[in-house]
Amino acid sequence: MNTKQMNLNSQPMKIKESTSRKIFHVINFIVLTAVSLTCILPFLHVLAVSLSNNSDALAGRVTFWPIGFTTYAYEYLVGKGEFFKSVGVSAMRLLLGIPINMLLIILSAYPMSKENREFKARKFYIIYFFITMFFSGGLIPTYMVIRNLKILDTIWALVLPTAFNAWNMILLMNFFRNIPKELEEAAFLDGAGYVMTLYKIYLPISKPSLATIFLFTLIYHWNSWFDGILYMNTPANYPLASYLSTLIMSSSNKASANMTVEQLQQLMQVSDTTIRSAQIFLSMLPILIIYPFLQRYFVKGIVVGSVKG
Amino acid sequence: MQIIKSNERKKNNPRNTTSFHLMLLPAVILTFIFCYLPLFGLVMAFQDFKPFPSFFGSKFVGLDNFRYIFQMPGFISSIKNTVIIAFFKIILSILVPLTLALLINEITKHVRYKKFVQTVIFLPYFFSWAILGGVMQQLFGFDGMINDLLEALGISKILFLLSNTWFRPIVILTDIWKLMGYNMIIFLAAITGLDTSLYEVAKIDGANRFKQLYYVTIPGIRPMIILLTILGLGSILNANFEQVLILYNPVVYSSGDIIDTFVFRLGIYNSQYSLAAAAGLFKSIVSFIFVGIAYWCANKFSDYRVF
Repeated sequence: MNTKQMNLNSQPMKIKESTSRKIFHVINFIVLTAVSLTCILPFLHVLAVSLSNNSDALAGRVTFWPIGFTTYAYEYLVGKGEFFKSVGVSAMRLLLGIPINMLLIILSAYPMSKENREFKARKFYIIYFFITMFFSGGLIPTYMVIRNLKILDTIWALVLPTAFNAWNMILLMNFFRNIPKELEEAAFLDGAGYVMTLYKIYLPISKPSLATIFLFTLIYHWNSWFDGILYMNTPANYPLASYLSTLIMSSSNKASANMTVEQLQQLMQVSDTTIRSAQIFLSMLPILIIYPFLQRYFVKGIVVGSVKG
Repeated sequence: MQIIKSNERKKNNPRNTTSFHLMLLPAVILTFIFCYLPLFGLVMAFQDFKPFPSFFGSKFVGLDNFRYIFQMPGFISSIKNTVIIAFFKIILSILVPLTLALLINEITKHVRYKKFVQTVIFLPYFFSWAILGGVMQQLFGFDGMINDLLEALGISKILFLLSNTWFRPIVILTDIWKLMGYNMIIFLAAITGLDTSLYEVAKIDGANRFKQLYYVTIPGIRPMIILLTILGLGSILNANFEQVLILYNPVVYSSGDIIDTFVFRLGIYNSQYSLAAAAGLFKSIVSFIFVGIAYWCANKFSDYRVF
């Protein structure tokens, strides 16, 4: 028996922090706060610019607080159509895209979660989907397919191509696999078929996983801008993110090449610093509002996915 | 007893799997249309493709398209840029989140602050480059906030997004900034999953917090570090397209153009469909090799399974 052990067993020892440890904590605090600030301040800056008067904003004098507070940029936007029209397109995209995605993923995750013994053709489906995860036709061939399907310039070009996502299906499939077999067998004993079991047993239990997939899909559709630029011929049909990108990208892009002088002039106005900042901030708003949910479910999804390996 | 028996027979009856096939049908059809059909369309990489008469009428030219793109200097420099960006991105996308996770893990008392830091660092991940591009322009533009700061400090303004010295570092750093929350969370999860008794043993052996970090924490999450590095290597060629497309301009092509943006201009603006398809195919093949090696290594060293 050494004295160290005796000490631990008798009284709780007060552990004094060494000075170097205290210094470390201070430095740690400074570093982490600095990093956190880099993740907040840029957005505060954009908000401040959007609420400032134009000349100060243009001159670059605005930092984190508005100069010459004015809501002109936001009022201007309410008057103009394009910004909110693109929000409408994005909303449409969400309303169509998310249910279709979820439906396809649920329907395919269920059979794929069965054992090979129960579902002999599973191996073929695995290979079928696996290939698509690694090979892709690339930009041009996909564009041609969409053009030949006559869905260019429609909402379907945004919703259908990525409607089935093998990764999300795998997520749900793994979740289904962890559901105890007894529940399914009980359902069968009660006379339920596969579809009933899926609907009445698996779905209610999978709410957390479904919520995660829902949010993944939501963020994907809301943030996706490149496909809008590629597949929509008229800027009026752009979803929000694509519309925003036209304000930001240098003038050598497809959209401005097709515009009339009048439209270009309007683009100039709308790209104006304060108005542009207002649009950026408004686009950030929905994500900021649901951020608590987003963060919680994303973290859960990531942790489960990584811990399970 | 008899009722149960007949139910069991029903379950093993292969006829029941029709519902499975039906359930998978929509996904199969969609995948065929949007993944496999374009794959077949890749044949245009080997053709002198003309929109009329399209695939069946265009002349077959073998590897000519590939030969041609490899002697385009823009393509070669885009490969160079892609590799440079990917190289730094892989290293930093492990080091930065890892450091952050370790630092955050050292906070034991102030739980609210700890949660605040994690929440805030994860925030940029959720915004698309359509939004972040605008933010970057606002910050790094000629009249932007950073240049304003430089002026106040007496330094002359820098054309960040228009300079071949600064563009690439900004692309790399802002991408790390956007993504650091993601890996940080994975590392934090791995750290909290470690066996706490290991720390007690180390304490008894006289290790202070720093030594504990070095001898317990880091070796403990080594598998995760290796796994994330390997997976990152797998996507070495695939990152940054949207970011570069939003931020770049002709002035910075020589340092900022990546393979994907080069292919994009080639195919969409110059309508050189065959060349673009060839370049894209080349990248896909190399990418596939990297991803394949990555998954094989991950499987071998960390028991990582996709299916």
